Amino acid sequence: MSYRLVVTSLALLVALLFAASLFTGPAGLDMATSFDGLFLGSNEAARLVMQEIRLPRAILGTMIGATLGLSGAVLQGYLRNPLADPGVLGVSASASLGAVIAIYTGLSAAFALALPVLAMLCAVAAVMVIQILAGGRAGTLTLILAGVAITSLAGAMTSLALNLSPNPFAAMEILFWMLGSLTDRSMVHVWLSAPFMVLGWIMLAPLGRALDALSLGSDAAQSMGVRLNRTQTLTILGTATSVGAATSVAGAIGFVGLIVPHLLRPVVGSKPSRLLLPSALAGASLVLAADIAVRLIAPGRDLKLGVLTAIVGAPFFLYLVIRYRRTLT
Amino acid sequence: MTRPSTATTALIGTVALLLASFPLRADAPPRRIVSMNLCTDQMAMLMAAPGQLHSVSHLARDPKSSVLPDEARRFAVNHGLAEEIFMMQPDLVLAGTFTSRASVAMLKRLGFRVEQFPPAYSFDEIREQIRRMGDLLGRTERAEELVAELDRRIAATPEPGESTRRPLAALHFANSYTVGSGTLSSEVVSRAGLENLGTRLGLSGTIRLPLEILVVSTPDLIVGGTRYESSAPALAYQTFEHPALSAVLQGRPMTAVPDKYWVCGAPFTAEAVRILADAAAQLSLRKPVTP
Repeated sequence: MSYRLVVTSLALLVALLFAASLFTGPAGLDMATSFDGLFLGSNEAARLVMQEIRLPRAILGTMIGATLGLSGAVLQGYLRNPLADPGVLGVSASASLGAVIAIYTGLSAAFALALPVLAMLCAVAAVMVIQILAGGRAGTLTLILAGVAITSLAGAMTSLALNLSPNPFAAMEILFWMLGSLTDRSMVHVWLSAPFMVLGWIMLAPLGRALDALSLGSDAAQSMGVRLNRTQTLTILGTATSVGAATSVAGAIGFVGLIVPHLLRPVVGSKPSRLLLPSALAGASLVLAADIAVRLIAPGRDLKLGVLTAIVGAPFFLYLVIRYRRTLT
Repeated sequence: MTRPSTATTALIGTVALLLASFPLRADAPPRRIVSMNLCTDQMAMLMAAPGQLHSVSHLARDPKSSVLPDEARRFAVNHGLAEEIFMMQPDLVLAGTFTSRASVAMLKRLGFRVEQFPPAYSFDEIREQIRRMGDLLGRTERAEELVAELDRRIAATPEPGESTRRPLAALHFANSYTVGSGTLSSEVVSRAGLENLGTRLGLSGTIRLPLEILVVSTPDLIVGGTRYESSAPALAYQTFEHPALSAVLQGRPMTAVPDKYWVCGAPFTAEAVRILADAAAQLSLRKPVTP
């Protein structure tokens, strides 16, 4: 299948799922009312549901999915590690911790940007730890174990912060930060996170050729004119910025960045430069589909997104572990 | 006539002593009561004779949850733990039916008398529970006073007319929870002359109401509970600031009924009726409700 065809069909899939997301919801509006609410707004209640409740949800689903897919592909290419993913490496969990600190200390109430910024800072810290390990030529397994440790620590700190909160509801929100949800997000969340996600994409998108060269080894890459420091900085900042912003409004949604590049490699080949755009599109499709599914499976129950992505992702992770068993040790 | 032997005298003396050390009347009012549930705390404080109540739960001192936080400071505090209650050696333990089951079971095993009160789901159940508490505490007269107070305070709000269209009220609590039929809150809403959205939608009990459905139902007013925001923020209240919710309210504020008035059924629950009836009256001043 040609690259162009893959990208076009994935883009179509995203568009379809975006529309489906807009037309899914407990209010049960019919097509005509939904269109009216979305574009004309002659029915005030329908306008509110479509423009203020469902539209931000669909936009965030698309952007967060694209962020996770793209950063998964970049991390797998950069670390030359088939199990790399912002969730597995602890970047998402660290971003959650940053967001939790911002919200529950009241910082984000005083200064809205503190939410994405703190999430990004914690995400940067996590990627730095991984970078330090990877720089020491760590094996695949070492990185994954470091990710497990970072995830556990960040998760424990998140639970601690929420358990110690004098607000009786805070402890129940541990679930949101660990599994992620898009329920009742508003345009405020879109404005808060979208610019940073786009900024992260701008840093990650041009990395394709450098990652291609890196797949031949860092010495070969250097001789081909790849500036390793620049690649490293862009990978760290791009991943942390986009994943941090995504996590700060939706919690940690796992496994998307892990699954997507693997599904696409048989189709577009394993060259990272050909993998980035399709991974972003497929990531968006996956999160949109999962977010539609949570509303269909358990309407009104606020099933968490991460539950679905883990049900699909965790067995896939096991499959990868078995497949790469020989190279892991 | 034979003189009773010393042995017999000793026996009689022992029996007399034994009898004296047990209360003869099994229904003598308890003298050292420990309450471990916010609702029984408040009811006991309203009703107990001086010195009869020993300890109430820590929630009774929290001004957000309790109507009698200052009163509660006069009693020892407990956290509903079996161990601390054992140390207090009460002759009656008051608990809710949902109070930590492990602690209640433990206290019963240790031989304490535990009386459990279910949550009140209606005004009738409040009256019933006040009278039951009165019987337990040996304060039946005081119980009747409290029932009369409840009736008087509810009666202060005029009965809603049958014919007029009731304004639609959406109850919107933390985490988008609302209440449907079969709850004290829905009875309070209805007595205040409003129609409860949860009941209209056929919901029962306390249940999540997606924001979308609240918005398309176009309620006349939105009733919120106490926010714990002042002590610490939480995502639970995020929807309170959602632009869609503000748009439904059209610039009017949410009607705030502090949780403490209706999480427990008591005479002060009438205060929730008053607040809601006032909000309904304001609404009809603002825009005449067409029948």
